[in-house]
Amino acid sequence: MSAPDTSELHESLLAEVASADSLDALEAVRVHALGKKGAITAQMKGLGQLDGEARKEAGQALNRVKDSVQAAIGERQASLDLVALEARLTHETVDVTLPPRPRLTGHLHPVSQVTEECIAIFGEMGFTVAEGPDIEDDFHNFTALNIPPEHPARQMHDTFYLNPLEGRPAPVLRTHTSPVQIRTMETSKPPIRIVAPGRTYRSDSDATHTPMFHQIEALVVDEMTHMGHLKGCIIDFCRAFFDIPDLPVRFRPSHFPFTEPSMEVDIGCSREGGKLRIGNFGEGADNWLEIMGSGMVHPKVLEYGGIDPTKYQGFAFGMGIDRIAMLKYGIPDLRTFFDADIRWLNHYGFVPLAVPSMVRGL
Amino acid sequence: MKFTLGWLKDHLETEVSVGEIVETLIQIGLEVDTVDDPAAELSAFRVAHVISAEQHPDADRLQVCQVDTGEGIVQVVCGAPNARTGMKGVLAPVGTWVPGMEVKLKAAKVRGVESNGMLVSEREVGLSDEHDGIIDLPEDAPIGVPFAEVLGIDDPVIDIELTPNRPDCTGVRGIARDLAAAGLGTLKSFDSAAPVAGSYESPINWDIAGDGNACSYVVGRHFKGLTNGPSPKWVQDRLRAVGLRPISALVDVTNYVSLDLGRPLHVFDAGKLKNKTLTMRRARDGEAFTALIEREYELDNEMTVIGDGDTAEALAGVMGGLESSCTEETTDVFLEVALFDPVSVATTGRKLQMESDARYRFERGVDPESAEWGAELAARLIVEFCGGETSKPTSAGTMPKWQRSVELRNDRVATLGGVEVAADRQVEILEALGFTIECLNGKMNAAVPSWRPDIGGEADLVEEITRIHGFDRIAPVSLDRDAALPVVAITPEQRRTSTVRRALAVNGLDEAVTWSFMGRAHAELFGELSETVLLANPISSELDAMRPSILGNLLLAAGRNADRGFADVGLFELGPAYQDATPDGQQLVAAGVRHGNAQLAHWSHKARAADALDAKADALAALEAAGAPAGNVQISRDAPDWYHPGRSGVLRLGKNVLAYFGEIHPAVLLGLDVRGPAVGFEVFLDNLPPRKDKGSSRPPLHLESLHPVRRDFAFLVNADVQAGDLLRAARGADRDVITDVALFDVYEGKNVEEGKKSLAIQATLQPTEATFTDAEIEEVSAKIVAAVEKATGGMLRS
Repeated sequence: MSAPDTSELHESLLAEVASADSLDALEAVRVHALGKKGAITAQMKGLGQLDGEARKEAGQALNRVKDSVQAAIGERQASLDLVALEARLTHETVDVTLPPRPRLTGHLHPVSQVTEECIAIFGEMGFTVAEGPDIEDDFHNFTALNIPPEHPARQMHDTFYLNPLEGRPAPVLRTHTSPVQIRTMETSKPPIRIVAPGRTYRSDSDATHTPMFHQIEALVVDEMTHMGHLKGCIIDFCRAFFDIPDLPVRFRPSHFPFTEPSMEVDIGCSREGGKLRIGNFGEGADNWLEIMGSGMVHPKVLEYGGIDPTKYQGFAFGMGIDRIAMLKYGIPDLRTFFDADIRWLNHYGFVPLAVPSMVRGL
Repeated sequence: MKFTLGWLKDHLETEVSVGEIVETLIQIGLEVDTVDDPAAELSAFRVAHVISAEQHPDADRLQVCQVDTGEGIVQVVCGAPNARTGMKGVLAPVGTWVPGMEVKLKAAKVRGVESNGMLVSEREVGLSDEHDGIIDLPEDAPIGVPFAEVLGIDDPVIDIELTPNRPDCTGVRGIARDLAAAGLGTLKSFDSAAPVAGSYESPINWDIAGDGNACSYVVGRHFKGLTNGPSPKWVQDRLRAVGLRPISALVDVTNYVSLDLGRPLHVFDAGKLKNKTLTMRRARDGEAFTALIEREYELDNEMTVIGDGDTAEALAGVMGGLESSCTEETTDVFLEVALFDPVSVATTGRKLQMESDARYRFERGVDPESAEWGAELAARLIVEFCGGETSKPTSAGTMPKWQRSVELRNDRVATLGGVEVAADRQVEILEALGFTIECLNGKMNAAVPSWRPDIGGEADLVEEITRIHGFDRIAPVSLDRDAALPVVAITPEQRRTSTVRRALAVNGLDEAVTWSFMGRAHAELFGELSETVLLANPISSELDAMRPSILGNLLLAAGRNADRGFADVGLFELGPAYQDATPDGQQLVAAGVRHGNAQLAHWSHKARAADALDAKADALAALEAAGAPAGNVQISRDAPDWYHPGRSGVLRLGKNVLAYFGEIHPAVLLGLDVRGPAVGFEVFLDNLPPRKDKGSSRPPLHLESLHPVRRDFAFLVNADVQAGDLLRAARGADRDVITDVALFDVYEGKNVEEGKKSLAIQATLQPTEATFTDAEIEEVSAKIVAAVEKATGGMLRS
């Protein structure tokens, strides 16, 4: 018996594969061709009747058919899979205009953000952050800052007093962050370079004043810091904070009990069209906005802080955090800072991942 | 402090412009508040001659005027009844801004007749409300001259805001001295205070009582035979220009000297005084005083008065009395030129809320020498304006010793001021300011003038020199650091605070900043309120206590938002709460509230009201951000009274309370008048364990190569069993193997008997050396079941 001709079988199986138009039909073809009772298997079983060389030849031929049909099924399966996938995908849609499940993120208050902006700038200049209590004693808030008992600032209409303690002067709500200067001098030795942000209080409430507001204070004490450094530090700060490299900064002589000499600091602005803008509006532009008070630490203040004024000197300045926040971010009304109106917080607030840094930009 | 340019020039020989003066004032520390230059505003308005005024051809009430401006003839249509041929009026040419009408004039045709400008009324110029007719000037008014000049209001008025350390600049002369020192002109000599001879002994004399009153020295002079009419026009013009109403020659003299030289004076009508001695003494407690502004004040023993016998005739340094004030009939006068203690005057004025030009000067510190020269100057002016004769001076007390010197090292301006100023220039500046300088080796001795009580030390002299030299000549020097890289600016605690703040915002809460104070009634809702945190002088009863908890203000804020139609809010604040007035009584707290829905209605899920566990999640998020071992905290039910007793908890680490959380007690919401429910939390950042400095290295990560196995268990427990107890028991059943236990179902209801609930957990078992055999898994499962039963009495659900 000669080896059977496999070409017919081969062609008919390939035709079946080619005509299978679904995965199910293809599976039926596979079973028919390669299954235990399939056509090739049946032929394989018949090989036993052949002798030596013919069996070998027929076996090889059948195996070639088997491999070929298997490959054809694989190819056909891949193409039918693709068709099935394409068919499925045409039915799978989502309304991409649907609002997604909300992941609510809150906002940071401008006071927090601006405080950190200030720290980012002063940190680059080698300042560290110091803090002190809101409820202060008379000594740290006034006496040690060279503010005599009769000074108008000490009067009831400017300062909040708490109920007096037995036989001791009534504590005050600090009227400025300057007491932190004294507390820092009391506990550390020069060289000192600190900034002190925090809540401050004055008995004042109208369109531009609130009974609570925020200040940031800077203090430098060493053996050589002079007014040139004070100017340099403030100019550097203002230009970095407002991100205006040519922002004009003006220093005017003034008076504060805790500094000598004292100066007030103005920055350039424009009020054109009733709109306040910070910036450099060119030579001859003569519009200035007062932004902070500053000066060389008064020798008496150094002395109160336990520092030898014949050896050490330095500067201090302080400004309103809320105020510079208003100027930088165009927030019109101070009173709205403390109202916690959710609309305001969403509008003027900051996303929490925007951590201020000089390296990344404020 | 207001003055005019003309007035300034009485003392300062200068040709510079107002603009330059203003700029210099600012540069030397005399802050210019406003500059009012009426001449500039009115510069276009000029005197004009109406050559002819004829009836308008088409309008009964209008006239067509030919007007000579001095530079040509213009035709103007005018409706004023008093417009007439030959008159002198004021013309606003085309292009002029007319303040009273708020228009810029244009050439126009009025009923067909060209009109190129306007003859104006006082109202149109902005001078007064007068609008019955156009301004009718005297016939000799010069054509083409600015109207402001004819009016005598061409003197710019400068208003400076004086810092309290500069009493010398409460007089125009002091300002002139500063400007002269700054190189803007020459200070004129001051010779008007030469002695005025008196022709008789004063019939009235001074006495200063030894009761520690505010007066150290006082000079007086008597005048008789005066005529107290109006003061000369130039005096009246000056006073008016700076906003004072001229009253009579005598009163105007006192005001003028006060403004001109910073020397307050007072004149008593001698005819109304009952005694031969006026006494400086303390007021009696409750003593009545009627001030010349016709108001009565009740005095106390801390105040000083000038007594005529028992009657207080003046409040020392603040104001004269009504009774003895001068009137037009006054013929005999007693002049007071006194020195009062600044603090006493300030205190008195403040207590009685009396502002006056005298107080403004005395509380800053009047030049002691002015007691002498002031009396002479006043005497000269009184006699000049009112006639009559003056007595010899009479005085009591002694002039305080004001003479002192301050040493200045030559290099100090450079080392403190940061600018090199040559020694001779330093001397020049100080001398120009009135100091007398004695140069020594490497330093100088500066004798301080009598009018500068503010100069006390070397730094003051550095300020004088640098401000006159110019702050803008100090070169800015950027700060340099010790090292190339900055040190870390914030402490670990400050960094932690910042991280917590940002974490809470990431968790969906908006950061608020609310007052540190709140109303006492509200504060008392948050525990026992320490008396020490009550304000002695609150701004209102709603803000009269330091807040013992931040929650109250946040809840009020949530209530305000709800009232505006935004009821679903999550707010937090990171700030102080106050247990008492000591520095340790101030806690740093991160607190938050969620009001309304924590989850809003959405197509994928229903709205869900915020509950205690939202607050717990917030608190845990804060603790985790703070680096606290949030997984190890103990939870208990003993939250304070402002939380709902059954829906609140406390998070502790050992004895340390880290946080409270839960639903806000309905009574607290009622007390705050906020519609609930609302939940909240308080995290006490000061109570967190300090971060241990373990270096930056983390412990090594050991990753198991074998798959973990997960097994589910459902336990039937009594309804009051706490899930946390069950979870802890399950987790602890075999710590070597059980790496996690998650609660995935809590069920009460059908198929679960009354009073019970089903808690379903999934335990994760992690093999380490070989995969678990079934027997091993069974063994661990049995341990879990046993542990849960032991801890909670719970049985595996069949």
